Amino acid sequence: MFYPILWLIVSSLKPNDEIFTTAYSLIPSRIEWDNYVTGWAGFAGNSFGTFFKNSFIIVILSTIGAVCSSGLVAYAFARIPFFSKGFWFGCMMLTLMLPRDVTIIPQFIMFSELGWLQSFKPIIVPQFLGIPFFIFLIMQFIRTIPADLDEAAKIDGCSKYGIFFKIILPLIVPALMTSAIFSFYWTWEDFLHPLLYLNKPDLYPVSLALKLFLDGESLNNWGGMFAMSTLSLVPVFVIFFIFQKYIVEGISTSGLKG
Amino acid sequence: MKLRENNHVVGYLFAAPFILGFLVFIVYPVFSSLYYSFTDYNLLESPNWVGLDNYRTMFTDDEKYMKSISVTLNYVFASVPLRLAFALGVAMLLNKAISGIGLYRSAYYLPSLIGGSVAVSILWSQVFGDQGLVNSALGLIGIDSDTSWIGNPATALWTLIALSVWQFGSSMLIFLAGLKNIPKDYYEAASVDGANKVRQFFKITLPLLSPIILFNLIMQTISAFMTFTPAYIISRGEGGPLDQTLLYSLYLYKRAFVFYEMGYASAMAWVALIVIGIVTLLIFQSSRYWVHYESKGDK
Repeated sequence: MFYPILWLIVSSLKPNDEIFTTAYSLIPSRIEWDNYVTGWAGFAGNSFGTFFKNSFIIVILSTIGAVCSSGLVAYAFARIPFFSKGFWFGCMMLTLMLPRDVTIIPQFIMFSELGWLQSFKPIIVPQFLGIPFFIFLIMQFIRTIPADLDEAAKIDGCSKYGIFFKIILPLIVPALMTSAIFSFYWTWEDFLHPLLYLNKPDLYPVSLALKLFLDGESLNNWGGMFAMSTLSLVPVFVIFFIFQKYIVEGISTSGLKG
Repeated sequence: MKLRENNHVVGYLFAAPFILGFLVFIVYPVFSSLYYSFTDYNLLESPNWVGLDNYRTMFTDDEKYMKSISVTLNYVFASVPLRLAFALGVAMLLNKAISGIGLYRSAYYLPSLIGGSVAVSILWSQVFGDQGLVNSALGLIGIDSDTSWIGNPATALWTLIALSVWQFGSSMLIFLAGLKNIPKDYYEAASVDGANKVRQFFKITLPLLSPIILFNLIMQTISAFMTFTPAYIISRGEGGPLDQTLLYSLYLYKRAFVFYEMGYASAMAWVALIVIGIVTLLIFQSSRYWVHYESKGDK
């Protein structure tokens, strides 16, 4: 299972001419840190520093937006009996299953008319409007919190807002963490949306920048490509090893895709 | 009751982000996409109504389109069952009290986590390339192969399927959670009655797991239909060789964002929606015959 990943890491340390001639071997004849230097140099004056910075801006803002908005919506669906709640809940479940291809073209047209192309806005702004997967996940979690708790707070004079911020919010931290982690992953590796909305290399996130290695003139910098591919996985691994528990539980309980 | 304490007001306030997003980013796009699908919109000139022309062209006059359909169906019908079978198999292996189970779980899950990333697609295109890992591994066991698995029309799609199967981790975790919910007594009772492992699997494990299989089947099928990044990276955005990896989403992307045929691509999207809808419905319908609900409303 691990072998391809291991191979990627080892290849990133091999001299360029050795990557394929000794593809089967996991031991490089000498360790070539240079790949990381040539890879990091990037393209057209933009180093991977820029690409990583772009990725982090997009990911952090998207994640904040996705988690905050989804938490609010989940509370409404799980705990407040409001008019036509069932209808909106049905809409959310349908959204969950709606193929992306149907909305992507009109959304692109919409964003281009808004003049949002060549900015992070088309990627970040929609995240602030609730993500059905996370809403569902957080809802499931809220449902496990006894309703008596709400009742007690209400008797003590707590408003619905108070109940959410003082009682529910602290209790759903694990569900929010799980959502945040998945939001991080999905945005970090998202390729299609940056591909559509960003055409200037200085705006590229890492996922899109990696593609440049496959284009024309840089085709031969295998070492650099593997080095940067490896580097692009580092945040993913780091987060995985820190938050394993949330990830495994999040998937098991909610059936999140991954 | 004060207005700001009214459930309806508070409910709508909390749900407002979703409702707004749903109207702006789902409802409006869905309807405009339906409208565009009957036009020749190319992003530069205003759209002209062309009726069913796009749909007619698709099925009668666009060989690439028909190709992309067959490629996608092959991909979905091969990758989803294989992926679920692996997921279930490994979940059963891991559903035992062995030490270090968490480590195994993580190891199997990790590929899924990075599955959609460009890095892995790049890695894959090298592993199955003409000088790649697969060929040199075959060389080691005495099979001379210098074919590029990705460049060869007969095997190209299988490299994508292999990638998808490699990422069975999230389905596996869901199965694992389901397996843990099956009471051990069932198996003990069955052993006492003399049922062997195979029989136990078909009479206990599969029926009790069937709601979870249904869930995984539907989610994985929908996402398989939408696969884009690996096909794009591995074929350098072309869907080659001989359109063998021209998955539906990739072809739609090319029509819309390379050739700016927004009308045609919107029509493609609607066909995808209908096909996926029908497939999902068929799975649901068939579930009556194979999904077993032990005690309704129990979970």
